Amino acid sequence: MSMREAAALALLLALACAGARAEGPELGRPATPSEIARFDISVGPDGAGLPPGSGTAREGRVVYEARCVACHGEKGEGKPNDRLVGGVGALAGQKPATKTVGSYWPYATTVFDYVRRAMPFDAPKSLRDEDLYAVTAYLLHLNGVIGEDATVDAATLPKIVMPNRNGFAPFAPGD
Amino acid sequence: MKRRRRTPTPDLEQAAGAGLMHRRAFIAGAAIAGAVAAEPARAEGLAVEPWMTAPGSPFTGYGQPSRFEAGVARVFANPPNAPGSGAARTPLHRLQGMITPNGLHFERSHSGVPDIDPDKHRLLIHGLVTRPLVFSLETLSRYPMESRIAFIECGGNSAQLYQTEALDADAQRLHGLVSCAEWTGVRLSTLLDEAGVDPTALWVLAEGGDAAGMSRSVPIAKAMDDALIALYQNGERIRPSNGYPMRLLLPGYEGNMQVKWLRRLKLVETPVMTRDETAKYTLLRPDGSALQFVFGTEVKSVITQPSPELSLKEPGLHEISGLAWSGAGRIVKVEVSADGGRSWAEAHLQQPILSKALTRFRLGWRWDGGPAVLQSRATDEEGNVQPTREALLARRGARALYHFNGVASWGVAASGRVTHVYA
Ligand code: HEC
Repeated sequence: MSMREAAALALLLALACAGARAEGPELGRPATPSEIARFDISVGPDGAGLPPGSGTAREGRVVYEARCVACHGEKGEGKPNDRLVGGVGALAGQKPATKTVGSYWPYATTVFDYVRRAMPFDAPKSLRDEDLYAVTAYLLHLNGVIGEDATVDAATLPKIVMPNRNGFAPFAPGD
Repeated sequence: MKRRRRTPTPDLEQAAGAGLMHRRAFIAGAAIAGAVAAEPARAEGLAVEPWMTAPGSPFTGYGQPSRFEAGVARVFANPPNAPGSGAARTPLHRLQGMITPNGLHFERSHSGVPDIDPDKHRLLIHGLVTRPLVFSLETLSRYPMESRIAFIECGGNSAQLYQTEALDADAQRLHGLVSCAEWTGVRLSTLLDEAGVDPTALWVLAEGGDAAGMSRSVPIAKAMDDALIALYQNGERIRPSNGYPMRLLLPGYEGNMQVKWLRRLKLVETPVMTRDETAKYTLLRPDGSALQFVFGTEVKSVITQPSPELSLKEPGLHEISGLAWSGAGRIVKVEVSADGGRSWAEAHLQQPILSKALTRFRLGWRWDGGPAVLQSRATDEEGNVQPTREALLARRGARALYHFNGVASWGVAASGRVTHVYA
C-alpha cells in the first residue's frame, strides 16, 4: 500500500467512525451536575425533581393568606382570578364544568411544579420550598384530598391520588 | 360611465349555487367575465396631490406601515391582575397572501413577554442523554441552519364556535390565533444527536424562560423529525412576543407546545404532566373524561374576505378569499359554498402550497344582492376533510374548548352586512 493509499484509507476510517454519530459542529459546552440541578425546576408525576422540605395545610393557610388570597379569593373560591377549589365529581354533562385543582388536575405533583414556577403571579419563584409544600398541602386540603395535618414532602406528594386521576385519555384521530 | 360588457363564458360562470364561479374564472390572469362597477368619478377629476409637489420624509432605521394603516393591529384581552397573560390576535381579515407580518403574528403568553438578554440566555439539553450540553445563542448561530414556512395555531383558536350561540365577532376575534411565518434555525435532531439520546427517552420536556416557565412534554419522534430551534422569523431575529431569542418550532402541532423563550430540554421516559398538558389544552367531553395530548392541528379553513367588518358595497363580482391549513401536511382542496353548504364549488389554491403552512384560496362570486351564507371546507393530503360544526360537536360536545376545526359560516344580508352565524 502506498503512502497515499494508506492516508486515504485512514481518512475513510476516520469518516466512518464519525458517521457513527451524526456530524455536527459540536459546539455545546458540557453541563455540570450542579448547574443542571440549579436550572432544572420540573417535577414529574413520580416525584422526580422534588426538593427536600415538607409542609402541612395548617401551615399553608398562612402562606395562602399572605401571598395568594388577593387573586384567588378566600379559601380558593376564586375571583378575581382562577377558582382553585370545588367541582369535584361533577365534570360530566353538557353544562360548563368547574375545572379546578381538585376536580380536574390528575396529579398532585403538578400543583407543586406549577406553583413553584409560576405563582404568585406577581412574584413567581419567590416562595421557599417549605412554603411551596405547605401551600400545595393547603390547596389539596381545601379540595378534600388530604387532612389538615398531613405532611406533604417528596415522598408523600407523588403518592396522593387526585379525584380525577383516571379522567384523561390520549387523543386518537377521529376523537 | 358606460363599459362594454363581454358575454360571460357559461361554464366558467356558474360552478355552484348562489353565484359561485368556476375556480379558473375571476382570478388574476384570467379574463374577467362581466363588468365590475366602476368607482364614481370625483367632481374635481384627477389631480396632482400635495405629496407630489414636495420631497417626502427622510429614511428611517426600521420601517413602519403607512400611518393610514394604523387600524391594522392585533386585538387582545387578559385576565384581571395579569396584563401579560392572555392572547393578541392577528387581523386575518385585513391581510393577504400566506405570510403574517412579524408585528401582527398572534401571541399567546402566560406571564408576559420577558426582556431576555441574548448574551445571557442559555439552552440546556439534559436528562436521559450521554452528554448534557449548554448552548448559547452565539454557539447555536454557528450551526447549519434551515428555513421552513410554517403556520402556528393556538390550541384555543376558534374556541367560541363551540358555544351554543354564534358570537357576533369578526375573523380576527374568532379565528385570529393562527399565523404563518418563515422560521429559520437549527434542527433539534442535530443537537439531540450531539447530546446522545438514551433509547429509554420517549419524551422531551420543553421549558420557556418566561416568568410562567411555560412547559410541555413533546414526543421524541416529533423532536427527531422536523422540530427546529428557531432563531429567525421572516428573516429577522424572532420577535420578543414570539420567543426571542429562540423558540421551539414543531410544524403542525398546537402552538402551546412550540415553547417560546426556550431555555431547557429534558429527555424523560414519561410525560412530565405539566399544568398546560393536564389542566389546560385537554378536551373535556360530555361523559366527564378528557382527551389529552391532542398534538396536531386538524384540517381547517376560514374565509377572510368577505367577512365581518368587510361588508359588501353592492351586488356584482366579488372575490371570496381565505386561508386553509392542516397539521397533517399539504392542503389539496378547498371548497366554497354561498348557500350554507347546499352546493359547493372548488376554489383556486394559490401557490406555493406548502406542508403545514397557510394556503391562500380564492374564488369568484357573483353576488345577486340576496341573503347568502358563505362557508369553506378544506381537505388535506391525508384525505382528512374539515367537518361541519354539528359533526364536531356531536363527537366532542360543546365544552371541549380546544382544537375547534369545524366549518365556520358568514351570513351576508341583503344590505351587504356580513356577520358570524351558525348554519
Ligand atoms: C397577582 C395575582 C395572583 C396571585 C397573587 C396568585 N395568583 Fe395564582 N393565578 C393568577 C392568574 C392570573 C392565574 C392564571 C394564569 C394563566 O392561566 O396563565 C393563576 C393561576 C393559578 C393556578 C392554576 C389554576 C388552574 O386551574 O389552572 C394555581 C394552582 C394558582 N394560581 C395558585 C396560586 C397560589 C398557590 C398562589 C400563592 C402562592 C397564587 N396562585 C397567587 C394570579 C395570581
